[in-house]
Amino acid sequence: MSALAAPVRPRRYVEHVMGMPISLALRGRHTDDARARDAWTEVIADLRDADRVFSTYRDDSFVSRLARGEITVADCPPEVAEVLELGVLARLQSGGAFDVRRPRPDGSVVLDPSGVVKGWAVQRASSWLHTLTGTDFCLSAGGDMVCYTDDPEGDPWRIGIEHPLDPSHLVAVVPIRRGGVATSGTAHRGQHLVDARTGTAPTRVASVTVVAGSLTWADLDATAAYAIGAEAAAWLRDRPGRTGLVVWRDGSVEQIG
Amino acid sequence: MRRIVMWFLSTVTIVVLLFGYHTSTSGPSTASNQVISSTQDSGTGLTTSGTTGSTGSTSSTGTVTGPAVNTRWGPVRVQITTSGGKITAVDVVEYPNNNPRDQEINSYAIPQLVQETLDAQGSDIDMVSGATVTSDGYLQSLQAALDEAGL
Repeated sequence: MSALAAPVRPRRYVEHVMGMPISLALRGRHTDDARARDAWTEVIADLRDADRVFSTYRDDSFVSRLARGEITVADCPPEVAEVLELGVLARLQSGGAFDVRRPRPDGSVVLDPSGVVKGWAVQRASSWLHTLTGTDFCLSAGGDMVCYTDDPEGDPWRIGIEHPLDPSHLVAVVPIRRGGVATSGTAHRGQHLVDARTGTAPTRVASVTVVAGSLTWADLDATAAYAIGAEAAAWLRDRPGRTGLVVWRDGSVEQIG
Repeated sequence: MRRIVMWFLSTVTIVVLLFGYHTSTSGPSTASNQVISSTQDSGTGLTTSGTTGSTGSTSSTGTVTGPAVNTRWGPVRVQITTSGGKITAVDVVEYPNNNPRDQEINSYAIPQLVQETLDAQGSDIDMVSGATVTSDGYLQSLQAALDEAGL
């Protein structure tokens, strides 16, 4: 199918928000006109809004104030409750491996919904791109993306999955028209994901990639599966509507789907 | 605290409907009526009963099965198990599987294993998914090379 169509080079946009590169690829009717640029401006503004509300790096964000007990959820914008509810669902559905509340070594508990916010925020921001009629988009935030093709039967986006043990190689390619793709692993940032049940970092899994109907759930499931560790592939296989990939630290690869 | 728990009780169903189901609708055809269970060990020794149907919400332990709610993806029904006012399990007892378009899309979007060197010129890919790239790490990434090529 792709052999029949002339290759179209997408128009690309890049900005940095929340310490992450945000990349947009557009192809179709509106890629380089005022409408495309306006939609891109709105996407970035939307992500910056999310950062102002949710950042744990900003002392004045709602979430930081909530974590210090200065305000309640009711004092926050409604999206805070929405994100915390997603966190509860992810905790329940992962058997507690994923949790937005982490115990610290001193026994206190810290509220950190960052594991929910990224995918959720990018999924929300991507809705601005639906104003671009007749246009395909792929919006990526630091390697997790929302994909959309205007024609549900059209040429899919092709997402390369980086090899976690050798980031100069791809391990897989996902052709995807509409949905989210997220990968959790430690290749670029070192160890930062722990199993909330034990507080320890998983040792057997190198990376988990999840493809789902929304980036919100692709990201939640990728993070949860990574935290689940040795049972990641088995857990993911039981999740309806997901496909994916688990790369183990011994270099072996398991497809889900 | 108890208020919050009760609040979650009332909202969790809605959230499942709104979010959990967005992607769950696309499962294989065998997915109909499969129970997705997520049990939280509450340390109370509670055994989740196999009860279906509502047992009422006034008892401290029990299961509550919500009504089948029609979503844009089809009917969805959720069952919540509580013990001592705490949610110990959320089971999805019914979800739609009758959307062939969604099934088609997801069964199509399966990772295909490749052995390729990352090369912005040579690789026939649009974006790269990997462990989170920070702005600091971005410049060395393949994504930067792809973006460069399209700018």
